[in-house]
Amino acid sequence: MQDVTRRFGTVNALQGLSWSARAGEVTCVLGPNGAGKTTSVEIATGLQRPDSGTVRVLGEDPWRADPEHRARVGVMLQDGGLPQSVRPVALLRHLARFWGRPADLDALVARLGIDGFAGTTVRRLSGGQRQRVALAAALVGRPEVAFLDEPTAGLDPHSRREVHAIVREAAGAGTAAVVTTHSFDEAERLADHVVVIASGRVVADGTLAEVAGEDGLEQVYFALTDGGAR
Amino acid sequence: MSDPAARAGVEGAADDEATGRTAPAAPATGRAAPARTRVLAQARFEAVGLLSHGEQLLVSIVLPLLALVALALVDYPELAVGPWDGARRIDVLTPGVLALAVMSTAFTGQAILLGFERRWGVLRLLGTTPLGRGGLLAAKALSVLAVLAVQLVVIGAVAALLGWRPDPFGLVVALVTVVLGATVFALLAACLGGTLRAEAVLALANLVWVLLAAGGGVLLPARVLPEPLALLVGLLPSAALGDGLRTALVDGGVDLRAFLVLLLWGVLAAVVARRYLRWSD
Repeated sequence: MQDVTRRFGTVNALQGLSWSARAGEVTCVLGPNGAGKTTSVEIATGLQRPDSGTVRVLGEDPWRADPEHRARVGVMLQDGGLPQSVRPVALLRHLARFWGRPADLDALVARLGIDGFAGTTVRRLSGGQRQRVALAAALVGRPEVAFLDEPTAGLDPHSRREVHAIVREAAGAGTAAVVTTHSFDEAERLADHVVVIASGRVVADGTLAEVAGEDGLEQVYFALTDGGAR
Repeated sequence: MSDPAARAGVEGAADDEATGRTAPAAPATGRAAPARTRVLAQARFEAVGLLSHGEQLLVSIVLPLLALVALALVDYPELAVGPWDGARRIDVLTPGVLALAVMSTAFTGQAILLGFERRWGVLRLLGTTPLGRGGLLAAKALSVLAVLAVQLVVIGAVAALLGWRPDPFGLVVALVTVVLGATVFALLAACLGGTLRAEAVLALANLVWVLLAAGGGVLLPARVLPEPLALLVGLLPSAALGDGLRTALVDGGVDLRAFLVLLLWGVLAAVVARRYLRWSD
């Protein structure tokens, strides 16, 4: 993503944003609310078109990319995007049909503990349960790149730990995992690579050690984002 | 700070060798299921959803059947008016009930579904899968046709038991009319469900269906009404669909005026939907 800008009316959501993520790594896009994290994920997944700049995901422009490209990219949206009147396993089984060789669904369902609430419709699931179904939906196609927009928002510590383990596992298998978060704590636990965004600009970018420096990620994060948050 | 020259986006499989990790065992092509498989899977998913949804079944099958049976058992109001003067009551009534069924699935059902799918982000998520927006639209069209087929068979069977005898040639014209009417009402559903808040869509889509069912020239031909109401109601898409089906199934004829009215509504709705439809709430 290079020099990307995006305006909504008078608001400059992204102001020349440049960052990248590599296969086999967890990249945490870290920033306060309104920094432009979701906008950049939506641009990277072809849901929005940037006003200017260049975006390449697996070498292709995600805007109007073909189904083969979309098959290589997994997406977990912040609002989940799940139909509400179906049961989670039936939904995942359905989504898996869009892929030629999807992930082993039973294993994925068991790994995320979704079998524990398989009989409940999505509407009646707790926030954390829904997050897990949405994460499974992002991973069901065995993506080469996974964009996960705040995958642990609202989760209890156990579920959070489990989601972290799954994201690490996906990266270990070669996926480029991009995780947005406003929690430096989460970035510290999860990231190989940290991109800090404030007010639509990248204010720090590097390995966790590089960005955290000697002061630690918390200090650096507040120093970089104070005053930048809208 | 970022170095634009070194950072050109998310890099793919090329990096795997360098980092010594294994990519997910996946070839570069054929990762998506074939388009036909994707669209049929989604169409089946949506059709099953529509047919297993209680409130939707009420509007799409139960209420039209109630209207059919109730109006078949009484003599009032007079339905065989205008060009259908002298025709059997059940023969004039059944096409109107079929039109009502088309409106319930193509308009009310689709508008409400669209409104809530926008709210839940379903449209956006499916847009990022191999199905995509185009595949989703194709699947929705197929699912509407599949549900319509079930409705028409059920209503047709009950009507036949009540003595309905449609014109055989008219069945072909009626089929064309149903597909045209379903397209127009689905486009109108996109105008409503694609622009307003989900709750507003829910209320309005049901209200419009009830109003059109009662006074939109569907069950009771617009010609029953006094002028100038008859003329105005006759210009509604609901009346055009009802009249088109009545002309086809009672007389075996083609109502060109009804076709024209439907086409105009279709073009208008397509323009509005194209301009104002939003994929998210």
